[in-house]
Amino acid sequence: MQDPLVVVEKIVARHRDTPGAAIPILQGIQNKLGYVSPLFLQKVAELTDIPASDLYGIVTFYSQFRLDPVGRNHVQICHGTACHLAGAEKVTDVLEHETKTSCGCTSADKEYTLEKVACIGCCSLAPVININGKIHGHLTAEKTKKILKGITREKDEGEKG
Amino acid sequence: MNDTIYIVKIGLASCGIAAGATSVYQTFEAQMDRDHVSLIPTGCLGVCYCEPLVEVISPSGESVLYGNVTPKDAQQIMEQHINQGMVVQHLLAFPQDREDPEWDYFNKQTRFALQNCGVINPEDINSYTDAGGYQGLKKSLMLGPELIIKELEQAGLRGRGGAGFPTYRKWQLTRQAVGKPKYVVCNADEGDPGAFMDRSILESDPHSVIEGLLIAGYAIGATQGYFYVRAEYPLAIKRLRIALDQVRAAKLLGTHILDTDFSFEIDIREGAGAFVCGEETALLMSIEGRRGMPRFRPPYPAEKGLFHCPTAINNVETLANVPRIMYQGHAAYSKHGTEQSKGTKVFALAGKVNRGGLVEIPMGMNVNELVFAIGGGISTGKPFKAIQTGGPSGGCIPAELGETPVDYENLAQIGAIMGSGGLLVMDEDTCMIDVAKFFLHFAREESCGKCTFCRIGTEKMLQILTRISQGEGKPTDIQVLADLGQKIQVGSMCGLGQSVPNPVLTTLKYFRQEYEAHIDAGICPAKQCKSLIDYQIVTETCRSCNLCVISCPVKAISGKKGQAYQINETTCVRCGLCLDSCRFNAIRVTSLPTKHTEATTEVI
Repeated sequence: MQDPLVVVEKIVARHRDTPGAAIPILQGIQNKLGYVSPLFLQKVAELTDIPASDLYGIVTFYSQFRLDPVGRNHVQICHGTACHLAGAEKVTDVLEHETKTSCGCTSADKEYTLEKVACIGCCSLAPVININGKIHGHLTAEKTKKILKGITREKDEGEKG
Repeated sequence: MNDTIYIVKIGLASCGIAAGATSVYQTFEAQMDRDHVSLIPTGCLGVCYCEPLVEVISPSGESVLYGNVTPKDAQQIMEQHINQGMVVQHLLAFPQDREDPEWDYFNKQTRFALQNCGVINPEDINSYTDAGGYQGLKKSLMLGPELIIKELEQAGLRGRGGAGFPTYRKWQLTRQAVGKPKYVVCNADEGDPGAFMDRSILESDPHSVIEGLLIAGYAIGATQGYFYVRAEYPLAIKRLRIALDQVRAAKLLGTHILDTDFSFEIDIREGAGAFVCGEETALLMSIEGRRGMPRFRPPYPAEKGLFHCPTAINNVETLANVPRIMYQGHAAYSKHGTEQSKGTKVFALAGKVNRGGLVEIPMGMNVNELVFAIGGGISTGKPFKAIQTGGPSGGCIPAELGETPVDYENLAQIGAIMGSGGLLVMDEDTCMIDVAKFFLHFAREESCGKCTFCRIGTEKMLQILTRISQGEGKPTDIQVLADLGQKIQVGSMCGLGQSVPNPVLTTLKYFRQEYEAHIDAGICPAKQCKSLIDYQIVTETCRSCNLCVISCPVKAISGKKGQAYQINETTCVRCGLCLDSCRFNAIRVTSLPTKHTEATTEVI
């Protein structure tokens, strides 16, 4: 695996001519490495004229950025208005209970990261969740449990196979 | 088999894909007879409630729309409709008779900004130009900036992001402003929960917005344009990138566009998850690479915007209207709408409504027509209670005001706002305190923290609403909420802070009795507030099937086979999962008025 700091260097180099590059750089790092650790921020500060404190300010201001790595399954639970009315809280309860972790956290086995997000714009399918980029809609407690079971099964089969 | 061509269109916007449209598309692709079928991936037709959608256009030009299509249904459509020419009746999204009231979903709409959505292939520039695309730009380059601005003035186009500022005026001010370079920015940071108009337009017809931005750039004398798109909309960003590459290849972007002196570049910036960045000055801060905290206005962005240069910021829907107005003439637009609010408005219709989706109506249509004729009424069959427009900045409109025409002036008059287009329909099971709490919770999370009233005021209001929802409200709370709301409105710098109390203030205005029921009697009339309800098993109907026991996350339900089960109310967390699991209607929700009376006595 490539040294993460080399990845950071490459991303910074790509944005040398971008005006107001801080956010695109940090987004590039998170896309490639999954998160932006304080170490990466320090490296960006060294390579650009942006102070590390400014970078930290950006990372903590915008909800997209994560200072820690995510679990193998990144579950985003939509809490838009339509989803709220359709029972997003209930879906959240089930997810928290089944994955034994709470929103904003990663489970101890690093299997799941749960995250509440603002509207993902699929209101007619409410309530919805996004697992690793795939959207699941019209959720009920049962359907949510089934989806999680499917993930566990896939993993078990993967390990056996 | 005849030798003429069938056209099959499949909606592949985010909502269609989430509903399974990709596998339907793949089924057609793998099995269709390529000599007789032309398969076109399209965006969103707005009929979100029966995605995945498949439109089959026969060689005679007759169009049939199938809804909720599965890969298996796709095979049947191929075998029966395409091979044998027989419509598959049971898969139709709408009755064949176009006069049927179900068709009101389309018949009552006026699709202007959405005219290409779900019709053309968003990833193919030729599909757009065949539909008249880039003709507006050509005409604009011939007319020159002054006449473009004049045309928009006559069309009466106002900003569709919510505030309704006349678009021509914004362009005129930026054009006249001193300073170079000048910028135009497309605000696609659609953050209102419950709104997906911009996502849908960008995913279904990205070229129209690019064309709008090009015309804006030419009219104000800019050389650089930006799209600021929410990172939560990956497909919109992808299609925008594809479209930009195509525009560049067609030499409609770059230097000397269409052999004129006009040169223009466009970049995409992804938002990073901050609702406040929908506010124009915060958005500019974000593009500049800083925390998205609003700046004081004046100076307005038209004077001092991006990198302190004159900047025009327009919303996606506004820009999507521009090329059409330029191509078809201002009258094509201004003939719709009311005296002061011209044209059409796109709404994302969602919530407890039968036909939820993306609809475009002429300004001035009333709320009832929108909810019942287009939306098909309430999905739960329960009474219609209210609509909410404008998300966290907007307000609730009660069913009694259903005759209110939807335009900027009338909505403002009753305390709601047009907003960017989110429109939530609520039935009697919706608790208005819960709704107000939801929006305020959102506002508190998203407040940038710059202004004290917004930062601390929202927190205080949320605390009050929370205790009301827990049955611990004080009689003075209603007055405190109203006062605080008014102070936040005047004490905040930006549009976010000034409007966040709206959901609370309008529910206080129209649903005061609901607040009073929570505070005075400790009752949640909609039976939603967890602290004020109990779940009980109806002894007579319970079949002790054990499903509720399995569903309960806290093991609060117990019982023996053959006897009615029981819920332990101290362990129960009121999650309602047992209610969903029960097949015999044997669980009911009850109010708890007595508990509260005891609690108040203790406090006194």
